[in-house]
Amino acid sequence: MELSFSSEELAFRDEVRAFIRDNLPRDVQQRMIEGREIGKQDIVDWQRKLNAKGWAVPHWPRAWGGQNWSPVHEYILIDELQSAPAPQPLPFNVSMVGPVIATFGSDEQKKTFLPGTANLDIWWCQGFSEPGAGSDLAGLKTTARREGDFYVINGQKTWTTLAQYADWIFVLARTNPQAAKKQEGISFILVDMKTPGITVRPIQLIDGGHEVNEVWFDEVKVPAENLVGEENKGWDYAKFLLGNERTSIARVGVSKQRLRRVRELAAKERAGDARLLDAPWFREKLAGIEIDLKALEITQLRVLAEARKSGKHGAPDPKSSILKIKGSEIQQATTELLMDVVGPLAMPYQRSTDAEDDGNATPIGPDDAAYAAPTYFNWRKISIYGGSNEIQRNIIAKAILGF
Amino acid sequence: MDFDFTDEQRLLRDSVAKLFANRYGDFEKRNGYAKQPDGFDRAIWTEYAEVGLLALPFDEKHGGFGGGPVETMIVMEEIGKNLALEPYLPSVVFAGAILRHGASDAVKDEIIPKIAAGEAIIAVAHTERQSRYDLNDVTTTARRDGDGYVIEGDKTVVIGGNSADYLIVSARMSGARRDRDGIALFLVDAKAEGVSRRGYAMQDGLHGAEVSLANVRVPASRRVGNLPVLERAADEAIAAVCAEAVGVMEALIAMTVDYMKTRKQFGVAISVFQALQHRAVDMYVAAEQARSMAIFAALSAASDDAKERGEAMAMAKSAIGKAARFVGQQAIQLHGGIGMTMEYKAGHLFKRLTMIDLQFGDADHHLRRLAA
Repeated sequence: MELSFSSEELAFRDEVRAFIRDNLPRDVQQRMIEGREIGKQDIVDWQRKLNAKGWAVPHWPRAWGGQNWSPVHEYILIDELQSAPAPQPLPFNVSMVGPVIATFGSDEQKKTFLPGTANLDIWWCQGFSEPGAGSDLAGLKTTARREGDFYVINGQKTWTTLAQYADWIFVLARTNPQAAKKQEGISFILVDMKTPGITVRPIQLIDGGHEVNEVWFDEVKVPAENLVGEENKGWDYAKFLLGNERTSIARVGVSKQRLRRVRELAAKERAGDARLLDAPWFREKLAGIEIDLKALEITQLRVLAEARKSGKHGAPDPKSSILKIKGSEIQQATTELLMDVVGPLAMPYQRSTDAEDDGNATPIGPDDAAYAAPTYFNWRKISIYGGSNEIQRNIIAKAILGF
Repeated sequence: MDFDFTDEQRLLRDSVAKLFANRYGDFEKRNGYAKQPDGFDRAIWTEYAEVGLLALPFDEKHGGFGGGPVETMIVMEEIGKNLALEPYLPSVVFAGAILRHGASDAVKDEIIPKIAAGEAIIAVAHTERQSRYDLNDVTTTARRDGDGYVIEGDKTVVIGGNSADYLIVSARMSGARRDRDGIALFLVDAKAEGVSRRGYAMQDGLHGAEVSLANVRVPASRRVGNLPVLERAADEAIAAVCAEAVGVMEALIAMTVDYMKTRKQFGVAISVFQALQHRAVDMYVAAEQARSMAIFAALSAASDDAKERGEAMAMAKSAIGKAARFVGQQAIQLHGGIGMTMEYKAGHLFKRLTMIDLQFGDADHHLRRLAA
């Protein structure tokens, strides 16, 4: 048993740190530290820098830009990006549709999409959830009707993250409504967002931001060659996609970074005559979260080590559900603690990034205060999306405990 | 031992409920009210006056109805259920309590009838950048000048301060920043020379202001109290906001239970899943415990014993803060994505619950007060 990284792994970590230090624009980093939004172009520019370095899609097959790294190397890169903080490569591209196309797509699809997906020349969004199909994703109702060389898609997707930026959407649609099991009649189809009949409607979240959308399909004609893999096998590809995130799902680096932020702000706040950071009750609270986070980090490394032994393209480890449950709980605890540090100054509504937004122009109090409450509000979503924590518990109950 | 309302109290509750059902029954209307210049609808404020709510806690000799903390609790619970935007808590409850306990009869005779008629809104400007939740942490100064005082300093997050006609400002006459002695309260005309305000919306849709006081002259007759008066008024406000939280929780739990019974996944209503039922039960248990503490706070708020009263408020606010976080978070989780959206009421109930914890001291603050 050995907890530390090898000297080669440590050298790689230092290389990643140096790369981030030398290449990440300071203003992007500062916005991320403060919890502000970063623009589309900032995300694109950064992913292109990572891609040029060979770090945007290291887990893909070598032919398409992969590095054949160990899971530990992949983890080190993501952990360093998260804790910098720097934007992560767009998950819809690199963790979701990219691996699906690389594994199940046609040669033509690989050539057409993979280079642009890695380089973020194509921005993908995910057309999975529907108003009636959330945790019960297989209950989706969107249909794709075969007509000659086309599929004609009708239906509504929702919670579509950053659809307003997207060039393409990968859609789960029902191609066989008569299938015996609802999972069996679903196909995985790639759709150009410019196709006539697609309407994107913004959904404003409680923090005031616009990151998710409804996407409506009204007689949308898609060339049949945009079907990935086989017709009616889309559910298998979706399961593959959803189980593909075990190196980033716990977001240990994100929590490390936010706890650093908590310490910084608590050093500036006063609790009576002393610094808030020096108050014993506050230190206990902080230490409690740090203990949870350390346990999660080591659990994450154990899951990765297991993946390295069993070969990384094996079935997703149901222990990944621990990472999702604890990872989201800890991230939420850190946003809550940050808001508590800011205290009453978290009350004014101060968004100003959105054009339609009615927030205040200049900050009330220190810059730190402005995003504390909205971040807390917004991050309630992370125990809901990506398979809610209740669904993760069902997975552990069935796949591990055998109930 | 009696936890029942009197007939009069039931009438009060029914008339408040009716007012809000008309005005806030359709939740979308709240958005429109919030967008008005004051952040609330003046016509609704006039209705508060007509029903007598704005006169509720004041003595009959000043045109009030002589209501106590239980009557305030009844109003605040309805405000909570409906997420009402009007500045009842800052103006009638909090500032009103300062006037009741600290102002001279002359000031009461002048100001209270205006409050009762809906002609004057008052906000309490006590929080400062460094003060967090400590009422005794005051750097704003007041110095004697001829027959009056000159006030100088900055106040932050003055709830209701955007629409206020008067501000009650805590200022230091003597002593060091955190000394308990040497603090006085002044009733300041919000349009007085040297007062500048920047109003804004807050996270929960209520409004507040940053207030700067530069050489603001106040007549000696407008001195309306000291730190013990501020603390007593804050205790009454804490009891009121605890009742508001109970109203918010009640509405949020009802929405959540209703949603669980109608939302179908896997071919059934999600309310059939026992894991989710138990979560809703835990929310209900937390809210009932919170209700008990809100009643405890209301029944302790009129005590003249500052220590006993302060301890009761610390217990109540700490319990309410904890329950508010739990109920709010679980309600969002059980709703799923829809609970995260601006157009749906549940998210707004959650946000108000979150902000209630940050008002008048969060759960940790009051826990430490008790443990000290």
